[in-house]
Amino acid sequence: MLPIIFVMPVVQLLVLSFAATFDVKTITVTVVDNSNSPESQRMITELSASGYFEIVSYSASMQEADESMLRGDAQMILGIPSRFGRDLQRIGQGDVQIIINAEDGATAGIIQAYSTRIFASLGQKLRMEEGIIVSNPPVVIISEPRHWYNPGFRYTTYMVPGILVVLVTMIGMFLSSMNVVREKEIGTIEQLNVTPIKKHQFIVGKLLPFWLLALVELAIGLVIARIVFDLPMVGSLFLVFGVAGVYLIVMLGIGLWISTMTNTQQQAMFIAWFFVVIFILLSGLFTPVESMPLWAQQVNRLNPIAYFIDVMRRVMLTGAGLVDVLPQVVSLVVFAVVVISLAVRRHRKVVS
Amino acid sequence: MSVIHVDKLTRRFGAFTAVDAISFTVSEGEVFGFLGANGAGKTTAIRMLTGLLAPTEGVAIVAGFDVAQHPDQVKRTIGYMSQRFSLYEDLTVRENIRFYGGIYGLSDVRIQAKTGELLDKLDLHGAAGYRISSLPLGWRQKLAFSIALLHEPRIVFLDEPTGGVDPITRRQFWEMINAEASTGTTVFVTTHYMDEAEYCDRVSIMVDGKIEALDSPSSLKEQFRADSMNDVFVRLARGGLSAEVSA
Repeated sequence: MLPIIFVMPVVQLLVLSFAATFDVKTITVTVVDNSNSPESQRMITELSASGYFEIVSYSASMQEADESMLRGDAQMILGIPSRFGRDLQRIGQGDVQIIINAEDGATAGIIQAYSTRIFASLGQKLRMEEGIIVSNPPVVIISEPRHWYNPGFRYTTYMVPGILVVLVTMIGMFLSSMNVVREKEIGTIEQLNVTPIKKHQFIVGKLLPFWLLALVELAIGLVIARIVFDLPMVGSLFLVFGVAGVYLIVMLGIGLWISTMTNTQQQAMFIAWFFVVIFILLSGLFTPVESMPLWAQQVNRLNPIAYFIDVMRRVMLTGAGLVDVLPQVVSLVVFAVVVISLAVRRHRKVVS
Repeated sequence: MSVIHVDKLTRRFGAFTAVDAISFTVSEGEVFGFLGANGAGKTTAIRMLTGLLAPTEGVAIVAGFDVAQHPDQVKRTIGYMSQRFSLYEDLTVRENIRFYGGIYGLSDVRIQAKTGELLDKLDLHGAAGYRISSLPLGWRQKLAFSIALLHEPRIVFLDEPTGGVDPITRRQFWEMINAEASTGTTVFVTTHYMDEAEYCDRVSIMVDGKIEALDSPSSLKEQFRADSMNDVFVRLARGGLSAEVSA
């Protein structure tokens, strides 16, 4: 227990302080450049030179850009109309369109402020450099922002799917992590171990009740979210529950694995708590994953909560389908297989 | 015919030898008493025989199978009632019977029949829907014993089944044990109540991880010129260690 007592707070302090940042960095952008002019090139360069934006792709059409945003590859779409260069030259004024994923309203607001400021200063620069024309009216670039998926910037719309995930996770993981160890404490595990029950039967038997319980809880939570918070449910509920089913196998499996390794309920609770807190704060529930340091983003590749919150938000708010969230689903399936194998292997019927 | 055959069975925990090369055989239908002071190694030995603990050295053949090689085969043919309480307290009597019946792969019909039979025998029909936690300890132990016999094992291992139980219930418990043995089931029982040793066909006495004596109670008393098994035990234990003797 000693290492746990000392190491856990240190790890949490380090991980959480760095990862739980409200800064918005590295905003991913896909560009639809219909103008393809020196002016539009200049604009794109200016955007990425600011340090806040990263041009991740060029899309041939608005539709392609939409898909990119739906997949989660881009947070912002910069649409430059074909007349942009000409208009700037002629009348000293050009329109661009920016579309921001506003699932997370706070982040969307910041993205809009950043981009508007960059465009405004570009307008000034162009006028000073008199590269275009020395025009009487000042050069103005007008951006028309559109906020998708959560136009009202509603906080609850963004937070409720994530909070639901956390609640279902906590209940499921704590219950399952205390379960086998509780049987060790009472002594009934001995009685089970002298029966011919197979290890996988044992683990599946332990998993199933909590799995059903957590799914029912998710259903109740969704009903409440709909009624009380008016949560939009754009995507397929089948998909939500399907992914939830896989996700819960992962989390309950981790719980059971902890349970087979520990000897008392306190130990199990402590370790489960440690993992849940780290997973939650890294998950992007409160702060955007894109703004976290690279190592934290790498850790998140192993964070089932991050995957599931991401899927929940995208399916519920943006209507993403199975194809859009396939990478996350595949990762969760891999985790499920690994975790359950570990739990089955770690469960000892014979003490050696 | 022997159903348990143990040859130089040894278990070490680090430098400590809990069970030190014990050898014995138990025949079919026998009530075999496994006696010893607290810490003499009884529980370690019984855990090896039931496949809960891997032996360090030696061989144990239970019901024809080597415990170390085929623990699951052994587990199918034995019943076990542990020192610690083994039923689920938050399930009812009927639910516990169903649960253990299911684990041993009994069919629903068979479980139904067994449940009726068991409740008749224990006169527990009125309490079938009660949670185990509401039953007195004596009833629970009798129920646990009956449930350990649910799948009709060839051998049943009882690890201090009567610990903390009042004398009358202990008496009834031993009547149940002897009745079961008369049907051909082998009973392997540990206890530290020496008066209970008198109910056994044969008794072994463990001291410091070794079996120091093994015979029928009457022969042992003769051999040690003692009036009771208690005297036999105290004499043996004194020779070995002056450990606490709970008689």
